[in-house]
Amino acid sequence: MNHQFRAVSTKSNASPDALAKKLAEAARFIRCHSVASIFHAGSGHPGGALSSADLFACLYGAEMNVWPNAINEPTRDRFVLSKGHAAPALYATGAHYGFCDPKAALTLRKLNSPFQGHPHVLDLPWVETSTGSLGQGMSVAVGMAIGLRLQKIPARVYTMLGDGELQEGEVWEAAMSSAHHKLDNLCAVIDYNKLQSDNCNDAIMRLEPLADKWRAFGWSVAEIDGHNIPEILNHLRLAGATREKPSVLIAHTIKGKGVPYMENIPAWHGSVKLTRAQTEEALTALGADANEIKGFLDVI
Amino acid sequence: MSFSSPTASLLEAGAPALIANSDSLREAFGKTLSALGDEFPKLVVLDADIAGGTGVHHFRKSHPDRLIQFGIAEQNMMAAAGGMAAVGLIPVVTTFAVFCLRAIEQARLSLCYARRNAKIVASHPGLDVGPDGGSAQALEDLAAFRAIPGMTVISPADPTEMALATRAMLEYDGPVYMRTGRSPCPRLFGDDYIFEIGKGRIIRDGDDVTIVACGAEVARALVAAEALAAEGVSARVVNMATIKPIDSKLLSRCAIETGAMVTAEDHNIHGGLGGAVAEALAATTPCPIEFVGVQDTFGASGEPEELAHHFGISAPFIADAARRAIQRKRAFGATSAHR
Repeated sequence: MNHQFRAVSTKSNASPDALAKKLAEAARFIRCHSVASIFHAGSGHPGGALSSADLFACLYGAEMNVWPNAINEPTRDRFVLSKGHAAPALYATGAHYGFCDPKAALTLRKLNSPFQGHPHVLDLPWVETSTGSLGQGMSVAVGMAIGLRLQKIPARVYTMLGDGELQEGEVWEAAMSSAHHKLDNLCAVIDYNKLQSDNCNDAIMRLEPLADKWRAFGWSVAEIDGHNIPEILNHLRLAGATREKPSVLIAHTIKGKGVPYMENIPAWHGSVKLTRAQTEEALTALGADANEIKGFLDVI
Repeated sequence: MSFSSPTASLLEAGAPALIANSDSLREAFGKTLSALGDEFPKLVVLDADIAGGTGVHHFRKSHPDRLIQFGIAEQNMMAAAGGMAAVGLIPVVTTFAVFCLRAIEQARLSLCYARRNAKIVASHPGLDVGPDGGSAQALEDLAAFRAIPGMTVISPADPTEMALATRAMLEYDGPVYMRTGRSPCPRLFGDDYIFEIGKGRIIRDGDDVTIVACGAEVARALVAAEALAAEGVSARVVNMATIKPIDSKLLSRCAIETGAMVTAEDHNIHGGLGGAVAEALAATTPCPIEFVGVQDTFGASGEPEELAHHFGISAPFIADAARRAIQRKRAFGATSAHR
């Protein structure tokens, strides 16, 4: 794809340290907002929202050419949340970066709210497509990447997958087709938190050796720490410079990251009902002060 | 009244005889797509290693850069079409009808729920598949795709209508499922035939009963109507090429004017054209309806015409159903406001 386009697209001219700090603050907001919206909804998947927050911050806060005032711009980068159940984190990201109103996004999962349990493009155009059935977002991203290239539009396509999602056969159909069509405008990010709905991946359906599988399918592969912001940014940029191959970042993450009582416990994957006390404990652990907590919890 | 005459040669033959060199519906589709390629620059065709079977080898020849190969992986192909539509292309997914069923959840979420301007064109529907046998004969696709909100479902009857429907499908903004067909197909309509999404057409008039058919069954319905005429029964034939949205207005009119209905389709009797007609008439103009289709069973190997006889969807079965419907009308008439 077009190198020049990428070079002029950096969102921030801040120093690397200042940028990392800004993105860390964004990730903190994304975690807080996700927990709060799941509390208000009375259901939702907190674990995967917390594990993916740093990845969201890096994508929307630095890497991608997407702006709230240009969501129909043909040359914008596309993001597809293939793991659609992480919708609270996507909405929180949108809230932080001006794609939607932060208070409105706390109506998650409510009747007549555009913030459905899984993203729906007719409700929120900036989410790019409707997801929630695992595997499909990856294929939609493949179609976007092929379509953009065919029309000579120098935009990149990013998709975030869950680890449990990789058990869907469609993911590997999509992986094979991406390499066959040499989609170097496509970057998949795997939120590899090792846990899925009912148990750890290893107990349900082993994924390892995961990097080898992607390599064997013809992808450029990087294993990274999905909570290390400079490392995430660096590898997103390397992916953008990779030619003739799609890139995948296998981001090692901690499910429930930032909320000690949730970390690495599969029970917090699934749709859960958070009590007010649990929510306050989580927000406190994420560094919110009393005022901020009140703002998140007493808005509706 | 919109009325297009079937070609005389078909009626004279008295059987679904082929006009020399007549195309199969899949060939007519593929040739039309190729002819429209320049007029629709956003059109891309998605193939899962069966371009020769679906007819899109014609498009591959004329527009090689816009034939996107997905290999034998229909789920990925179907959802990828959603991505292509999202970036402004008009993707046409092509595969056999039975493999469309394999990817129906992708069609549901990534095409219909997201309301993409994407098309699915299914060749090899129903018993018309022939010798490949029961595993390959999709007898459930009309029912399944009809049940998805926002999906338009089309099953043209002859090569002329297939060409018109292909253009109409590309001009329409939204998801479409269209059946083609494997076997050579008699040409029923002249160049003056008009196709419009959502409109049925009376292609033979009659007073005693209406036979509503789609796809390959339309030719058989005309044969049945001719046989009925020989015994003094006047059968109207409606080509209901759009199964969804169904032309309720025309159905209602036919129910009032003829008082008895027969549906005929190369599909399970449940949920397809018959189901759509019954739903429409139950809500507006109830009348006796007889359903010609495969009786809730799977298909089998055989030649298409043999299978049509074996499974009860050939012309004599349609004629029998018409006689039954007329009988029921007489009983029904005593208690009904219609006729």
